[in-house]
Formats: sequence, C-alpha cells, structure tokens
Amino acid sequence: MPLLSYLRALNRALAAEMDRDPAVCVFGEDIGIAVSNVTTGLLKRFGPDRVIDMPISEQAFTSFATGAAMSGARPVVEFQIPALLFLAFEQIANQAHKFSLMTGGQLNVPVTYLLPSSGSRVGWAGQHSDHPYSLFAHVGVKTVVPATPADAYGLLVSAIRDNDPVIVFGPAGAVGQREDLDFGTLAPVPLGLGRVHRPGTEVTVVAIGHLVYDALAVADELADMISVEVFDPRTLYPFDWAGLAGSLERTGRLVVIDDSNRSCGIGGEILATAAEEMHLTAPPKRVTRPDGAVLPFARELDLALQPTRGQLRAAIEAVVKRG
Amino acid sequence: MADSVELYRTVRLIRRFEEKAIELVRSGVIAGGIHPYIGEEAIAAGVCAALAPDDLITSTHRGHGHVLAKGADPARVLAELAGRETGLNHGRGGSMHAADVSVGIYGANAIVGASAAIAAGAAWWHRQAGRDRVVATFFGDGAVNQGVMLEALNLASLRQLPVIFVCENNGFATSMRMRDTTAGTVTGRAEAFGISVATVDGMDPEAVQTAAAGAAARARAGEGPAFLECLTYRFDAHHTWEYAVRPRYRTDEEVDAARRRDPVEIQGARVPAVLRARIDAEIDDLLEKARTFADASAEPDPAGALDYLYADGPRGRAGVTT
Repeated sequence: MPLLSYLRALNRALAAEMDRDPAVCVFGEDIGIAVSNVTTGLLKRFGPDRVIDMPISEQAFTSFATGAAMSGARPVVEFQIPALLFLAFEQIANQAHKFSLMTGGQLNVPVTYLLPSSGSRVGWAGQHSDHPYSLFAHVGVKTVVPATPADAYGLLVSAIRDNDPVIVFGPAGAVGQREDLDFGTLAPVPLGLGRVHRPGTEVTVVAIGHLVYDALAVADELADMISVEVFDPRTLYPFDWAGLAGSLERTGRLVVIDDSNRSCGIGGEILATAAEEMHLTAPPKRVTRPDGAVLPFARELDLALQPTRGQLRAAIEAVVKRG
Repeated sequence: MADSVELYRTVRLIRRFEEKAIELVRSGVIAGGIHPYIGEEAIAAGVCAALAPDDLITSTHRGHGHVLAKGADPARVLAELAGRETGLNHGRGGSMHAADVSVGIYGANAIVGASAAIAAGAAWWHRQAGRDRVVATFFGDGAVNQGVMLEALNLASLRQLPVIFVCENNGFATSMRMRDTTAGTVTGRAEAFGISVATVDGMDPEAVQTAAAGAAARARAGEGPAFLECLTYRFDAHHTWEYAVRPRYRTDEEVDAARRRDPVEIQGARVPAVLRARIDAEIDDLLEKARTFADASAEPDPAGALDYLYADGPRGRAGVTT
C-alpha cells in the first residue's frame, strides 16, 4: 500500500473539500507557493479566487474569514506559526467564536484555522515553539489535534464541514509521520471521538498529538511488566469523556502526557474530570511542559522543557505502584 | 434614497428611541446601560437610506441608530435591550450586539474597530458569489488608531471591495479628545491606502445621504471602497454610567454649543410643521407600543443560557457536577 505523509493528508483533505464544495477557500501567507507544504498544487488547480495569499495582517485576514463565513463561504485560514494565534486570539476567541451566541443563532461562522506545524520544531526559540491548543479548548473553540495522517485527513474534512469555528493543530512532532494505507479508506473522522491506539488493562495513557508516538513506544518498552492502554482523544474540545470513562473502567489508572504548560493545560482538565467522575483506583499523574514555559533556543534547553518518554515511563510506574 | 420626510422620520425615531432607552436604564429595566447615539442620528439615517435593502452593515457598541435605520423592528430592538426572549437576539446580545440579519445587519461589535475586517470579508464573498452587495461599516474616530482597522483598509483597497467605511467622528474616544489620541488626520489614513475619501457634515442627514449614495454607486460599479468621515458630536454620555460617575472631560457650554446644530431640528426644518407633528405622534405611539411589547415579553429561561453557542451542538458540560 502507498505511504501517506501527514502534510500530504492535510493537502488531500483540502483539495477534496475544495473540489466537493465551491464555498471552501483558503487564506494564508505564502500559500500560493505552499511554503508550509500544505497547499501544494491548490493555486494551480483552484485559482487565485479561492487560494488567496494575504498580506502579513493576521488579525485582518482572520476576521476577513469571519465575514466571508457569515456570507456563505467556508474559509480555511492557514497560520504558519503557532504564536500567530496569540495575535489573532481576539479575532478567533472574541469574534468568530462568539457571533452565534451573541446574535441568538442568527449568524454562524464556519471557519477552519489550520496550524500545519504547532509546538517545538527545536531551535525555533521563544516565539515559534508554542503549542497553544489548551487555550482554545478553554474558551470553547472546537479544537482538534490529530496524531496520524489518516486522522489529520479525517478531522480536517470534518472541521471544514462543521458550521462553527474549528481549530486544527498539526503537531510539529507528528507532521513528519507517514502511514501505510489504502487512500480509498480515507474518510471523515467525527469531532469529539477518541481512539484507542493500543488496548491495555492496567493503566490508561491519554496522549495528545505527537505524544501518541511516545506513549506507544513507552507502552512497548513496558509490555512485559505493565499493560498500557494508549488513548488518543483526537479532539480536545468537545472531549470524548465517554471514551475516556470506558477506558478507565478497564484500567482504573490514568496518566496524561500533554505538550501544554502545566497550569491550566488540558492535562489538568483530564485529571480533574477523571477524579470527579470516573473510576480510578490510584491517584492519576500528568506529564507536561513546566508551568509558564517559554522555550529557550539552545537544543538542550528546548528539549529539557518538553514532556519526555522517560518522564512518562516514570509516571506510569509510579501510578501502577500506588494502587 | 429617502426623501426629506423619510429621513426626518428616521432621525426622530432614533432620538426618541434613545430617550426611551435611557429612561429604561434609569428605571432598571435595561441592565448594563447603553451608549446613547443622541446627536449622531444623521449618520445612520443618511448612510442606511443610501443603501439597498439587500446591502449590509456592521455596527458598533453605539449601535441602536444603525440597527433602527437599517430597518429592524423597534419593538424587538427594545426587547433585546431589556434582555427578553422576543428581542432580536433572543436576549443573548443586548445593547452592544443588537443585530437583525434579515435586514442585513452583520452584527454590532463591542470591540472598537473590529468590524471593518469582517465587513471586508463579507463584501468579498458576496462579490465572489455574484451577488450585488455593498457593505457599510460604522466605527468611531477612536477606531482609526486600531491596527486591525488599518489592516482592513489595506485589504479592502487591495481587492477593490465594495465597502463604505463610515467614520463617525464625534471628537472623542470615550473621554479622550482627538488631538490627544490621533496623529495626522482621519482621512489621511484612508488616502494612504488609495481609498477615495470625503469629509461630510455628519449633523445633516441629507448631506450624509448624498455622500453615501455616491460611495455606494462607486462600490457597485466596481470602483472599490470609499471612506466617509462624518463630523458629528455626541450630545449625551459615552455610556449611561456617566450619569453616576459624572466625569468632566468637556464643559456644559461646549455641549450646549454643539446642540445648536441638532440633526433632528436640521431635518425637521425641511418638513412641513403639520406633517412633522403627525410623524412625532406616530413615533411616540410606536415606541409606547414597543415599550409595552418589551414589558410583556418573557425573560429567557436560565436553562437555555448556552443555547446558540454552537451552530449544531455540542452542548458543553455544566459548571458544576452533582
């Protein structure tokens, strides 16, 4: 079977949706030449009225997408750099997200925000290395973080078809992934539905985005000692709480690995919900970036602040030892 | 285009609506206060009269005038301000977000300058879809120092979009005078992006209508955006909290001097006295009925406080668990 790369999966999803629905258009910076490798071929195929290179005016083109969406378009807005979301946070969290409620349902804003490389790329330093998905889950913007090429395809398709703003984070640590699959099996993946990558009986590891691969590697390392289930929520908001509860019914123990800063990160929310509402036989643990982390430039310093396999392994062993 | 009588009816309606709304703020029926449009009525009336019914507007925190002039039902606007289920937004928007999409109002925005880029995007897509729509976006002089506003001017001019930028220059960004906030000129900003500009008497509904009609015709002909600076003066408070706080950023003498050019009187003088009296009585009657409608309307059920948050689900979790 052919190999599908993560970026190619995003590209195929964009092309398929643009082909299917003439209201789908793409905005971004340098997308005509596909500088981030996601919009390759789209300008030639769909023309400059639907693939629109924007000036470096992230705030304006994010709200431009809102106005177009209110008028019937389904724009996809590409941001090359995750920190641009801080610049456009007002336009997403305070404008696009709020129109439906504020107008009593008169206006919907079906925009997809696409981050083809979020999180650390190692060496991109303080303002290019954030992974701010927890912020969007907190304010209630539908937030997805696909780990695999097939999920990247399926979740981007669902995001584009959704009638609300949806933000799609492609983790930098996952976009190099390739998956051996039959392209005919590519299909929409519903928002809000998690996925068990590896079944287990003793501990559930909730892994987000690229950390799914780390969780699977650690589960392999521990296979002779501890039976680890790897649960990938895929969508952080709305979260698949029922899926998590089902996993914890089987394992009773929980570790979360989350590339957010610790305080108010989604990992904390997952632990709190499990503690309040689900079956746990031992206190849970989470592995995250430190509180308030800003990634420093030097490779050793950058890596020192990201969740590691060693930390995850230690957390799993500690949780299993506790009960 | 509206005749003198129609324009008078609109400015008078807005004036009396705002007076009624202020009464209801004072009596506690309207929570959160309002930003009265009193003194600036000629701009909403003149611009909206120059638009076609299918054309669109975006509004501001001081938006009642725009919404009424574009054709929203005054009773449902008042019910919205009073937080009733029968309001335009089912009580979910209030004074700062009152909107009626069925008459082309794409939201009233409480963040200064935030609507301009939304208006540009709406104009772009309607043109893409082959629909003849002009979008007028209202904002105050305070907005001309917002980055996203300037970015929107660039985008609109770059793509020659059918947008009319309507700057309601009342001389104050809340309490700050223009000379203390704004380097250069208002129109100079738009000119720098190659946009056609005009400065008009924002106290005269007919002058505003003429300028807006010219801008709309240009936009419809594919000649791109226009920028109207409408010189006006806010006779009342920035927000009704001023009645309690009483900030002193201008003198009573200054306000009294400005009131000598009242848009309602300027337009009223163009209407025969008998007709004017009849219109006034009709408007008072209309607003009394609006008041009765709002009073009689149910308050929303708290169980539906998150209704409309998403287009088609999901419902978020509740704030507490039992």
